[in-house]
Amino acid sequence: MSPDSAAPPLVRVAGLVKWFGAVKVLDGVSFSLERGQMIAVLGRSGAGKSTLLRCINGLEPIQAGEIEICGHRVAPLDLIGLPRRQNRRVLRQDVGMVFQSYNLFPHLTVERNITLALTLVQKKPRREAREIAIQVLTQVGLVDRLDAYPEQLSGGQQQRVAIARSLALSPQVMLLDEVTSALDPELTAEVLKVMEDLAERGMTMIIVTHEMGFARRLADVVLFMHRGKVWESGPTEEIFADPRTSELRQFIASVL
Amino acid sequence: MVQFNSVHVLYLFEAAKWTIALSLIAFTGGAVLGVPLALARVSGFKMLRLAAAGYIQVIQGTPLLIVLFLSYFGLSIAGYRLDPLVAAGLSLTLYSGAFLGEIWRGCIEAVPRTQGEAADCLGLSRLQQYIYVILPQAMRIATPLTVGFMVQVVKSTSLASIIGFVELSRAGQIINNSTFQPFLVFALVGAIYFVICYPLSVASRRLERRFHVAR
Repeated sequence: MSPDSAAPPLVRVAGLVKWFGAVKVLDGVSFSLERGQMIAVLGRSGAGKSTLLRCINGLEPIQAGEIEICGHRVAPLDLIGLPRRQNRRVLRQDVGMVFQSYNLFPHLTVERNITLALTLVQKKPRREAREIAIQVLTQVGLVDRLDAYPEQLSGGQQQRVAIARSLALSPQVMLLDEVTSALDPELTAEVLKVMEDLAERGMTMIIVTHEMGFARRLADVVLFMHRGKVWESGPTEEIFADPRTSELRQFIASVL
Repeated sequence: MVQFNSVHVLYLFEAAKWTIALSLIAFTGGAVLGVPLALARVSGFKMLRLAAAGYIQVIQGTPLLIVLFLSYFGLSIAGYRLDPLVAAGLSLTLYSGAFLGEIWRGCIEAVPRTQGEAADCLGLSRLQQYIYVILPQAMRIATPLTVGFMVQVVKSTSLASIIGFVELSRAGQIINNSTFQPFLVFALVGAIYFVICYPLSVASRRLERRFHVAR
């Protein structure tokens, strides 16, 4: 899928401000993302990367700014008052999220982990939900583990199930928050492979990652965050080839 | 003086049934009260949280004996003369409800917050998050603790003897008054309590082990 410049961006974040107590973790973050693009959010820990994803998904209240995602607006007011929950539920239909710690439901089988929201939220019949589970598990290469419990899987497999669980709801945008950071190097590769596959299928993704090689190879846009701000952003090759700020230069030097 | 004989043993067994009955009442009532208390303690509404916390604090800070006196002697002066069984059942319900509420609150909070977040991100409503994700996991944690608490409840029923309810302890006293063989009588009473409680303790420990392995 090629970005269509006439269409409005799928994700638009403008002037996002987020405080944790007296600490300003996000200080006027703005960016936008076209359908089918992958954006890699880079930066040192504490730069506000994960918080940014959590705000986009309505997991954290924001204090100022605007987030528009697939036509749904998340404004600061929504996150305090009554409309909040309803607004978030609509948002959830289009936005999938995958966490660093997988967060699979340990008391449910892989199949049920995936079908739970399909049957409860999308009200699909159990059989159809199972079909979808099989389909997304095939996509991440784990269809033979349908009846396993999360604890019977390796970390990499658990994360692939988590991606499949999110994928099953056919989101328009996926947010991936350091999904390989808890994994051993050899398990990282299998998860990155799944993400690469998603990118090739044209999934719109916002990823927070420390895998520089992966980001450089696959991201369309890079957002380098520093002290709660978008310090530098632009097309991936430009960012890596010609960093303008000393912070980004140092960061690239330290991780490559 | 009457010698301790088989009639007395049968009498104790009969009384032990009341101990078990009272335990079941206390436990069922406590569960019926404890579930809403636990949910109120983790609720998003501050008033509910405070009310539940206040109730739990008051009951946990009051001897069960005083609760018994209040519901038996206190209410009778206020014009509500309760049967000893009702007064004891009521007191034990109030007591175990508070403790179970607090135990179960801890279990709900022991489920990682990220589990609710993950369910939230999948679009589950708050009620669905509780029913399908949080409570099933909390229940697994709660089982050994709850069974362990049942042992406490069984032993606490002996306090009902103070208001004249004839359960196992009271029956022991009555027999001892006529036979005056306290060692024999109360050792037997203690043994019967042990027979009731021991399987619960074993079950609790076994469940705890299984939980740790399954984690």
